[in-house]
Amino acid sequence: MSTRTDKIDALAEQTARSDSAGVSVAAAAWRRLRRNPVFLFGAAIVVAFVVLALLSPWLAQHDPTERMLGDQVSRARDQIPPPQEGHPLGGDQVGRDLLSRLLIGSQQTLMVGVLATLIGFTCGLVLGTLAGAIGGWVDTVVMRAVDVMLSIPGLLLAVSIGALFASPTQFTVILAVAMVQVPIFARLLRGSMLAQRHSDHVLAARALGVKQRAIVFRHMLPNSLGPVIVQSTLVLAISIIDAAALSFLGLGNPDDRIPEWGAMLGQAQSDIDSHPHLAYWPAACIIVVALGFTLMGESLREALDPKSRR
Amino acid sequence: MLRYTIRRLLQLLIVVGVLSLLLFAWLRSLPGGPVSALLGERATPETRAQLTEELGLNDPIFVQYLKFVGRALSGDFGVSTGVQPGDPAIEVFLQRLPATLELSILAIIIAIAIGIPLGYVAARRRGGVLDNMSVISSLIGVAVPIFFLAFLLKQVLAVDLGWFPTAGRQEGGIDATRVTGFFVLDGILTQEWDAAWDAFVHLILPAIALATIPFSVVFRITRASVLDVVDEDYVRTAESKGLTTPVIRRRHVLRNAMLPVVTTIGLQTGALLAGAVLTETVFAFPGIGQALAIGFTRRDYPVLLLLILCSAGVFVLINLLVDLSYALIDPRIRTRGGGH
Amino acid sequence: MVHIRPVRMAALGISAALVLTACAESERGDDGGDSGGQTGGTMTFGTEGAPKLFDPFYATDGPTFRTSQQIFEGLIEFKPGTAEAAPGLAESWEASEDGLTWTFKLREGVKFHDGTEFNAEAACFNFERWYNTSGAAQSPAVTGYWQDNFGGFSDGKTPSLYESCTATDANTIDVKLTRYTSKFPDILGLPSWSMQSPTALEKYNANDVKQQGDSFVFPEYATAHPTGTGPFKFERYDKANGSVELVRNEDYWGEKAKLDKLIFRAIPDETARKQALEAGDIDGYDLPGPADWQSLKDQGFQLLIRPAFNVFYVGIGQKNVPQLRDLKVRQAIAYAIDREGLVQQMLPEGAKVAENFYPDTVFGWTDEVQQYDYDPEKAKQLLADAGAQNLTVNFYWPTEVTRPYMPDPRAMFGFIQGNLEEVGITLKPVSKPWNGGYLEDVDLGKADLFLLGWNGDYNTPDNFLGNFFSDPQNRFGTGNSPWGQTLANELRAADSEVDDDKRRQMYEDINKKLKAEYLPAVPISHSPPALVVAENVSGLVASPLTDEKFNTVSISS
Repeated sequence: MSTRTDKIDALAEQTARSDSAGVSVAAAAWRRLRRNPVFLFGAAIVVAFVVLALLSPWLAQHDPTERMLGDQVSRARDQIPPPQEGHPLGGDQVGRDLLSRLLIGSQQTLMVGVLATLIGFTCGLVLGTLAGAIGGWVDTVVMRAVDVMLSIPGLLLAVSIGALFASPTQFTVILAVAMVQVPIFARLLRGSMLAQRHSDHVLAARALGVKQRAIVFRHMLPNSLGPVIVQSTLVLAISIIDAAALSFLGLGNPDDRIPEWGAMLGQAQSDIDSHPHLAYWPAACIIVVALGFTLMGESLREALDPKSRR
Repeated sequence: MLRYTIRRLLQLLIVVGVLSLLLFAWLRSLPGGPVSALLGERATPETRAQLTEELGLNDPIFVQYLKFVGRALSGDFGVSTGVQPGDPAIEVFLQRLPATLELSILAIIIAIAIGIPLGYVAARRRGGVLDNMSVISSLIGVAVPIFFLAFLLKQVLAVDLGWFPTAGRQEGGIDATRVTGFFVLDGILTQEWDAAWDAFVHLILPAIALATIPFSVVFRITRASVLDVVDEDYVRTAESKGLTTPVIRRRHVLRNAMLPVVTTIGLQTGALLAGAVLTETVFAFPGIGQALAIGFTRRDYPVLLLLILCSAGVFVLINLLVDLSYALIDPRIRTRGGGH
Repeated sequence: MVHIRPVRMAALGISAALVLTACAESERGDDGGDSGGQTGGTMTFGTEGAPKLFDPFYATDGPTFRTSQQIFEGLIEFKPGTAEAAPGLAESWEASEDGLTWTFKLREGVKFHDGTEFNAEAACFNFERWYNTSGAAQSPAVTGYWQDNFGGFSDGKTPSLYESCTATDANTIDVKLTRYTSKFPDILGLPSWSMQSPTALEKYNANDVKQQGDSFVFPEYATAHPTGTGPFKFERYDKANGSVELVRNEDYWGEKAKLDKLIFRAIPDETARKQALEAGDIDGYDLPGPADWQSLKDQGFQLLIRPAFNVFYVGIGQKNVPQLRDLKVRQAIAYAIDREGLVQQMLPEGAKVAENFYPDTVFGWTDEVQQYDYDPEKAKQLLADAGAQNLTVNFYWPTEVTRPYMPDPRAMFGFIQGNLEEVGITLKPVSKPWNGGYLEDVDLGKADLFLLGWNGDYNTPDNFLGNFFSDPQNRFGTGNSPWGQTLANELRAADSEVDDDKRRQMYEDINKKLKAEYLPAVPISHSPPALVVAENVSGLVASPLTDEKFNTVSISS
């Protein structure tokens, strides 16, 4: 029972409501969204980001892992390659083309966000479905565990998990960030299952002799999608920021050959005084993308909320 | 009610117990730890083996855990190996707690001072430019990595302009008397005004950075609650009675909207601690958050174990208190039992 | 017949100390006529951590030594700005012919901070205190330096270098050793062997170290009452703020400190230290990252570069991969690494390519060793000759650490990785946190190739080579190769050779063999660490041992 919990429960309740009201709620929501400048702004950023990530291999002029400007680097003498022909942003700390790294970095960043969300969702789905569909002591045990996890603040949990791996890799970073989301998804899905358990169409299906598993997968789950999508957009943003924070604390992926914005920002901290642009560029990218996802998610949430007027 | 309370308290104990066992086992299974911390690069395979034996690290894990619990019950949580090497972990915690509390309190004050008026204004002008702008700006607070924001603040206001100190809680040269461990309060109590002022100035920048976390929540909750209240019958009635706007604002809207806001602030402590890990690191502020950050990077397992346990315990306790207060207000929860 | 180096020192006497201080004065150079500097004021110096305790005998951490160097003095001190032994609390010393009995003439009229007189009795009290260590304090985690330098304790479980200390008159002591070692008496210059007040040691139970759980608890003496003879006195330790305050010792026997107060303040984050200096919160700090050197100088701060007294190497483990026991393969690795390029790109100015396993200021250094100039073709050829074209090894590098010899492990690893992959070696990189498995795995011999180094403690070859290879069960796993034991024997023989010339010859031979025949690691570089202080600070002399004394420092307002 925290603010996060409250928000999750409120979100879960919407399923039941939107379900009873049928398609009209979704349609009404969409109508509202189309005219909401905040949503459009956020969605535009998100679309641009995804397109960038997909096209980046063709947009990047150079191999982001090659130290092509290495001879201009002298860490000891505080020299990194300045902007020059063919390298509009210059090089990074070890002489790789900064622009190419930023472009290609969008892929890994998107991957961190998407994978973390997917893992969080999948684990949450298993736990939430177990709890919601079976009920009884399974429900109690799972939800107590979820409550404990929710009681530790997200980033702290991610950092704790991140630090528990003896040698971090990109995957452990994603895993650490994803684990934070597991209890949120679990609670969300369970709430939405519970809300539907006594709804008309589930009762009808049960009366018709449809198997429990089929009811869960064909009827209950699809109806929970709305809140899950809302939560996912928010989680994507949080995951990207948390990954950057892990890297800032020195718990990120030590292998930096494949660029990722969070890691680029985290590693730029030691150069922030003398070469602030090494931090500003990835920071700006992260801020814009996280803002896009957050704006989209928040306006989706508001649009789906039947309480919101206008 | 009593039974409900007792059951929840038992649950709290179980949670902390299970968590401590899991954490302990996991931390002990990791490489490094006390032996590497104590010997550093002077270690040889021989001294390493000798020390491992001396420290009882060859015992089975549950024996080590029981020994740990035995010591922990008498207040000994081990000695810090990385954060403040040589100091008992419990001392590290107790000494740094006031620092983080001081910082968090100022951050919450800043968040309230800006968040509530802004939320109120945004709600009264729903859909307008001001509303959209402030909604977006409150989300920027969420989207900007807090350590980066802290860095910018420090770089511009402290390093470039020199308006604020860059690091720490107080200047080393100030001869301050320590009473409570809250430096600002100590300065006031002992009437060492320069010490109090200096400690306060050290708090400002980290508190601003940290305030972005509660700010966006306070702002959004205020806005949402005001929106809810505005539509309630009694406000409409008040309006129809011809009461002037300021009066309605003061008497009805704001007061009723405050309830969820206040609860939310109480529940923000967890998020604040997470933010403190990053802000305190940037400002070299010797609080719990910095201890966690250093503990993670220097693998200070005793301190990590204690701090994580304490923070988890505190959050579970706060949640319990909130639930209990709900139960007091709303009798339905009591009858429903603990399953939620 | 026997010419023992320290005898030269004995001739110097009191006047030497005066000359030395004068040297220190002139070395700071730029403040010219303002000799002596301004008296008064407070200096705040940023350090990377708070001291673990204040009793240097039990210490192993830099911040403790940094503080204890101001409070305490040893019989021998290192000449400021060098690693050369010079008179400290002993005015002179000489050895018997067999090098087993050392007579120290102590400085007269010196008092500890608590008023206790420093004399022969007090000096022997300290020696006996070290030797009679018992209980938990015998752990290598507590008295690691004693065990490295002197071996065992009075209980006789392990042989000890130390035999006895006798006060022959009020100000003369005889220290007897069980065998000759080249390290003595230079090791007495280490902060660990500082002279501490017998009264205070007894009053505050200095020997009462307890093991508690998986760590050690130190007595009140070590946490709050360090009492020495040095130019500064311990005032207080403000734990909550991470700062240690020292004040001038008005009764100091030598040149009194110019500062009224000296504060060491812990700022663990390097960037935060730099910004604190830029904002004027502190007056200087230790170990600025090489990447910041230029910008600090540009801002008008004084960058004091210490002479490089360390070595950075790529270790080649003999334990797991049989191909690495083939000298040709190890030579191929040496040829494959572009050490010149690495020094240019990764290390600060003043860094040098390493030809031996220790810098050229140390006894027995020679340039007549086999050279491995960067030559990828030759490396490939050697690998082919050895039939090791398909060589696959793991390559360990540490995260979460910087060391003076290794300012940027990630970048340095990346550079060497590129070099080795270029000649066709397949690498499996393994990165672990320094204190979270790296040192442990390397010590356990899991690493085939690894990055490590050493900061010298004092000026003898054994401080470097002995620590690396004297015990064949080392992190290089030299015991797995036939020459491992030979090398260990050679090192022990050289260390116990009394004759200077013979010993020099022996160390030169070992250095040559290390490069040409053994090659258990490729020495890469010697890299100078630095300190930085504000413009208005003068009189600080950078030391290769990073053990600067602050009594000559003054600060102008």
